[in-house]
Amino acid sequence: MSDLAGLSLVRPRHWGRWATAAVLLGLLGLVAHAFAVGQIEWDFVWRFLTVRSILNGVENTVVMSICAMALGIALGVGVAVMRMSPNPVLRSVALAYVWLFRGMPVILQLLLWFNLALVFPMLGWPGIWQARTVDVMTPFFAALLGLGINQGAYTSEVVRAGILSVDVGQLEAALAIGMTRLRALRRIILPQAMKVVIPPLGNEFIGMIKLTSLASVIQFAEVLHSAQNIYYANSRVIELLIVAGLWYLAIVSLLTPLQMLLERRFARGLGARR
Amino acid sequence: MSAPLVAVRNVRKSFGSFQALAGVSLDVQAGEVLCIIGASGSGKTTLLRCLNQLVSIDEGAIWIGGELQGRRIVGEKLHALGETQIARQRLRTGMVFQRFNLFGHLTALENIIEGPVQVLGQSRTAAAQTARDLLDRVGLASKAANYPAELSGGQQQRVAIARALAMKPELMLFDEPTSALDPELVGEVLAVMQELARSGMTMIVVTHELGFAREVADRVVFMDQGAIVESGTAAEVLGSPREARTREFLSAVIS
Repeated sequence: MSDLAGLSLVRPRHWGRWATAAVLLGLLGLVAHAFAVGQIEWDFVWRFLTVRSILNGVENTVVMSICAMALGIALGVGVAVMRMSPNPVLRSVALAYVWLFRGMPVILQLLLWFNLALVFPMLGWPGIWQARTVDVMTPFFAALLGLGINQGAYTSEVVRAGILSVDVGQLEAALAIGMTRLRALRRIILPQAMKVVIPPLGNEFIGMIKLTSLASVIQFAEVLHSAQNIYYANSRVIELLIVAGLWYLAIVSLLTPLQMLLERRFARGLGARR
Repeated sequence: MSAPLVAVRNVRKSFGSFQALAGVSLDVQAGEVLCIIGASGSGKTTLLRCLNQLVSIDEGAIWIGGELQGRRIVGEKLHALGETQIARQRLRTGMVFQRFNLFGHLTALENIIEGPVQVLGQSRTAAAQTARDLLDRVGLASKAANYPAELSGGQQQRVAIARALAMKPELMLFDEPTSALDPELVGEVLAVMQELARSGMTMIVVTHELGFAREVADRVVFMDQGAIVESGTAAEVLGSPREARTREFLSAVIS
């Protein structure tokens, strides 16, 4: 055996990596050049990025995403639990809900809610409380119902998958110490289902942020709607679409670390095996 | 002899076309340790699960502490009990499962206090004090803050025993408590069960551990095809079985 101590190690050259990086840089350069010389007034982009109505739109997008998602999760958990109930009536209600709201395009549901006044001019119960539907069904409320109820149908399937992922022995152990099914679900099953539920739910939340843009068709002033209002006036279509796009990217980017935080929280005790 | 703590009369249970229990009758006295042996599929686990109503029986009746399980007599009819009453009846029994079934998102201590706090309405402090005593009793005082995934199988099963004891049951049911354990971990769990038996707890143990049955059981029951084939002291059933089926089973297990 010869002595290797004095020799230095030459690492293998990754020619493939260098080559792909060069190709990528070239392509990026071309795209950058195309946009630089294209018909885009970048000044407009930077100027409109922070104007009042766009910022309002961003705020409305964020608020609507959170509210609709909250409604969706509340409905989703409730419906998932109903779906797994021993009560056949509750089970069929849950099935019908998922079938109905998953089966129609969201944009159609938004329009239906917004135009509810055409079917029911008045809401409430005579003598107790009544209001004109057009006053109740504001763009915000119609968007919240449309997006939230639709989301609930999808979330219920995610939550159901999470509940099914928890070993049946957990339920039996909970029953054995005298818990009722509902308490076992709340204290034992759902907390453990969260580990499976959160990653797809994060995905759905990101989807929801972009879905709010559909509410522009019912005059809800979210960020795309605000951008459109501006370009109807000044014809800077691409610039304002870029503004909206940048804001969507920014909001979604902020969510990813939040999701990681939540995942870590619910992996307690179960995370060691990941 | 006083009234038995557990009285099982002619219990039948089928899953589809498979008859798991074909008319089982059994008495267990308070303070008695009963071991149930038999091949898999003989109905011994089903019998245990019928006792705490994880499985509902098709026919027959079960009394625990003189209380008819899962049914109420109203005039000439039997009314099935609702979920809440069944949950209340389960408080008489504690169950230890083959696969431990500790709550994965809770620490050992939280596993033990969950029932006392949520079901019995004890204060957290009082329940935690009892839980620490129980952990000490099963030799795991230092593991209170550990999650199940951080414990060995034997340790998990001992926490599971403590969790069941925290509910102060009159009767402890063990469903093959050592079958899922590595061989070197079986002893620590059996030791805890032996201590529990000595303390006077009424225990029904479904097991393959014939050594444990020989040493601890007051009575051994051999089951086959959903029926009790033979019953007697450990020396009788394991030492000099009368029935051919018992002899067959024992020779297969021991060899």
